[in-house]
Amino acid sequence: MAANQEIMDKDRLVTTTEQDMSDELNLKTRKYLRGDGANLETLRDKKLKGQLAVREKLYSQSAKAAAKAEKWLMPTDEGYLEPEGLEKTWMVKQESIIHEVDVISSRKPFDMILPELGPYNLQYASSGRYMLVGGRKGHLAMMDMMSMDLIKEFQVRETVRDVVFLHNEQFFAVAQKKYPYIYNRHGTEIHCLEEHGAPLKLQFLDKHFLLASVNKFAQLHYQDVSTGVIVANYRTGLGRTDVMRVNPYNAVIGLGHSGGKVTMWKPTSVKPLVTMLCHHGPVTAVAFHSGGQLMATAGMDRKIKLWDLRKFGVLNTYSGHAQTMDFSQKGLLAIGYGSRVQVWRDSGNQEYEKYMSHAMVKGYQIGKVSFRPYEDVLGIGHSMGISSILIPGSGEPNFDTWVANPYETTKQRREKEVHALLDKLQPETIMLEPSKIGTVRPPRRKERPTKKETEEEMETAVEAAKSITFKKKTKGRNKPSKRAAKKEEEVFKAKRPFLEQQMNNDRPLKKQRIAEAELPKALQRFSRKKVS
Amino acid sequence: MKVKVISRSTEEFTRERSQDLQKVFRNYDPKLRTHEKAVEYTRALNAAKLEKIFARPFIGAMDGHIDAVSCMAKNPNHLKGIFSGSMDGDIRLWDIATRKTVCQFPGHQGAVRGLTSSTDGEMLISCGTDCTVRLWKVPLLKMMDSRESDEDYSKFQPLAVYVWKHAFWAVDHQWDGPLFATAGSQVDIWDHNRSEPINTFEWGKDTVISVRFNPGEPDVIATSASDRSITLYDLRMSSPVRKLIMRTKTNAICWNPMEPMNFTAANEDCSCYSYDTRKLDEAKVVHKDHVSAVMDIDYSPTGREFVTGSYDRTVRIFPYNGDHSREIYHTKRMQRVFCVRYSCDGSYLISGSDDTNLRLWKAKSSEQMGVLLPRERKKQEYLDAVKERYKHLPEVKRIVRHRHLPKPIYKAAALRRTMIEAENKRDQKRRAHSAPGSMPVQPFRKRRIIKEDE
Repeated sequence: MAANQEIMDKDRLVTTTEQDMSDELNLKTRKYLRGDGANLETLRDKKLKGQLAVREKLYSQSAKAAAKAEKWLMPTDEGYLEPEGLEKTWMVKQESIIHEVDVISSRKPFDMILPELGPYNLQYASSGRYMLVGGRKGHLAMMDMMSMDLIKEFQVRETVRDVVFLHNEQFFAVAQKKYPYIYNRHGTEIHCLEEHGAPLKLQFLDKHFLLASVNKFAQLHYQDVSTGVIVANYRTGLGRTDVMRVNPYNAVIGLGHSGGKVTMWKPTSVKPLVTMLCHHGPVTAVAFHSGGQLMATAGMDRKIKLWDLRKFGVLNTYSGHAQTMDFSQKGLLAIGYGSRVQVWRDSGNQEYEKYMSHAMVKGYQIGKVSFRPYEDVLGIGHSMGISSILIPGSGEPNFDTWVANPYETTKQRREKEVHALLDKLQPETIMLEPSKIGTVRPPRRKERPTKKETEEEMETAVEAAKSITFKKKTKGRNKPSKRAAKKEEEVFKAKRPFLEQQMNNDRPLKKQRIAEAELPKALQRFSRKKVS
Repeated sequence: MKVKVISRSTEEFTRERSQDLQKVFRNYDPKLRTHEKAVEYTRALNAAKLEKIFARPFIGAMDGHIDAVSCMAKNPNHLKGIFSGSMDGDIRLWDIATRKTVCQFPGHQGAVRGLTSSTDGEMLISCGTDCTVRLWKVPLLKMMDSRESDEDYSKFQPLAVYVWKHAFWAVDHQWDGPLFATAGSQVDIWDHNRSEPINTFEWGKDTVISVRFNPGEPDVIATSASDRSITLYDLRMSSPVRKLIMRTKTNAICWNPMEPMNFTAANEDCSCYSYDTRKLDEAKVVHKDHVSAVMDIDYSPTGREFVTGSYDRTVRIFPYNGDHSREIYHTKRMQRVFCVRYSCDGSYLISGSDDTNLRLWKAKSSEQMGVLLPRERKKQEYLDAVKERYKHLPEVKRIVRHRHLPKPIYKAAALRRTMIEAENKRDQKRRAHSAPGSMPVQPFRKRRIIKEDE
């Protein structure tokens, strides 16, 4: 009896662990599924339904395979900080962390004091290996963070407001006093981008090879750095601002303005995609979460707000100041103000709470915080140089060689550059919801397009017609009157379908109504209905 | 306090010696990848453009005949060879790799109308308008390097010559047996050793112009006659099984080798009709793209597509269940195409035409022939898959669909379209102005069938 019960208990134990494992697998599989499957019940076309069912099955199989492979593919573990007893995580100081971790990691945090050359900006390359440092008074330096090597250091003798890497560590752009310049890793000036004007902030859109800048006169410029073409040039109309951030999920540029507005821009439209009134005073900092759903904004009204970018509504409001903000790969939010840095962590359900805190020497003014990708390190650029501190659990531990590789060789770098150029996205693909590419727009109900829309269409058609170039005729056939007549004819041809449509839409209603009422019943089938 | 920070050791992530492969680490997490769909779309667009750049389907022409090529035959045991017969009685065996004649089989006095190879590949059977059926022994294809001049090939004597009462139009050999069938004023069933047909089938007084044995059922034959009918016979029964009369004559029939109950008929009204033998009252699919009569049809060994040659000087490849062609091949020098064959490995097509040449084409126009490295193959498969996924988007669709058509064909197609549209419009108006229900809508697949007989 007892033996039987033991066996039964064991079975139950076995099944519960199996259950846990399958639950875990389900959870992981959902991550790889990239959204819910399509609802095939509403389809009536059997052939299509069968084809789509096969595809859905393939997707679920591949997601399951990826979830299973996860166990073997992840060589590195995540970082963590677990306090014991009455300790709280924010009370832990950097010294005690450095004391506890291994040798390699204890070399990562440092303080570089460079007092003369002004507040420092810094940026990490997307692989986390290289760091670019730019001091306000013209000091530029590029460092290899893995070997703590200085690659190149030089002086440009001009105000430097921002530094940003281009697609590689081979090239970087610097926002100098009058124009942005592009340098290569040897420090040679390659390009002077005069069209941009006096830039305040630069951002690089990786997949599109676009360099975006906002200048002193609040103009937004997009330039393709692979071909050199200026893709777009817009006047924001909202005054000088130096708060600019690119949303990594959809490559949309977010600008924060002094009226408390945050506007989002894409290179193919004159007006911003979204304008949100975020704060009662000027916006001081904006940061985007890498998943594309969260935006953190801070304003002079001493509020830090978290926004949901699907509904464009406030999720949470906290009180505090922020001069600079940054999200890490794992979703931690670093906020820098004065000489203190705070790191907040999501405690479930988008509720952020204080995780760690770091205070620098009293006089230092923090200008920029930036998390280092694939490492648990936060880089701080301040008025007296640069520092970096350890934040356990902020970086993604396992990188993908084909996405970003900190251990890249020259050959791999070159291959990656070529592939990136081949896969370069056109600026038209930038949209608020990038997963909409390839989907089907729901069928429009048979509403007539509004008058404004048809007018706009007519305008564009007329513009296109006006820009047609005609072949230059010789031997006395090139009279200006004839040329003008031909041009007018083209414009009229472009306008004609719209005018016809207008006629069709406006006129027959009245006539038809009268006509239909007058006809005897047997003849009504011959009234002016379209045989479709 | 327990603390752990990410720390990677360089040795674990880099290779030890320069002879080792570079270490690759993968993390399939979607969070690390942004713009997945946009990148895939860009790759699909680039792949479509590259496909068009590499699309060179024409490999070469095989010339040697001095009159139009009227029929071709595949040898199931030799992938490299193809037989062709011309309108002046000249039969040749070609080596596809070198595109040269291996040997000739002279003998026919008039046009050679049908060629077929026996099941074991040892014998070639030909029939012609001179009322004879000739059997030839097929030589083994030897190495071709030791040949000096082009004319130096051997000429063979027939194994047997059987003379009969009427001119022959087509011949086909059973897939799995010793019999072959000829088509003339009636359908005759022959054995290799008998000089007279062992059996005859007849239904109606018109000439039978093509005959085909079923690959799955060795005793079922499909024939088409000049009275616009398609007739199915069973050798075990003494009378024909089914007859289907259409509006226009069928020039050729081919059975689907993978689905032997389906066959496709190449018709004079510029379309091909696929039928299921169990349900002949309605066509399964109507394949419409040619602008002139379809002369010949052959299925790929995969059963997934078939090639048609038409009187309008083009060769088209259709999917087995699709109503429009996937590909069109044409050349300025290729005149009316009388016969087409898919090669036995499914990668090439051979077309024989009025200008006395046989032409060799690739089945997939941008395919890289030869041995591909596994990485190349994987990349090609990926590009095909990504193109498949985005081929409905306008930019990609425009490139994938684009084919250059010769002007006469383009204009003829436009004319046909307007004619069909006009007819449809007329029918619609008639239906709108007549009592509801008095003019029934006939489904398109039934439209060309007049009746079915038992």
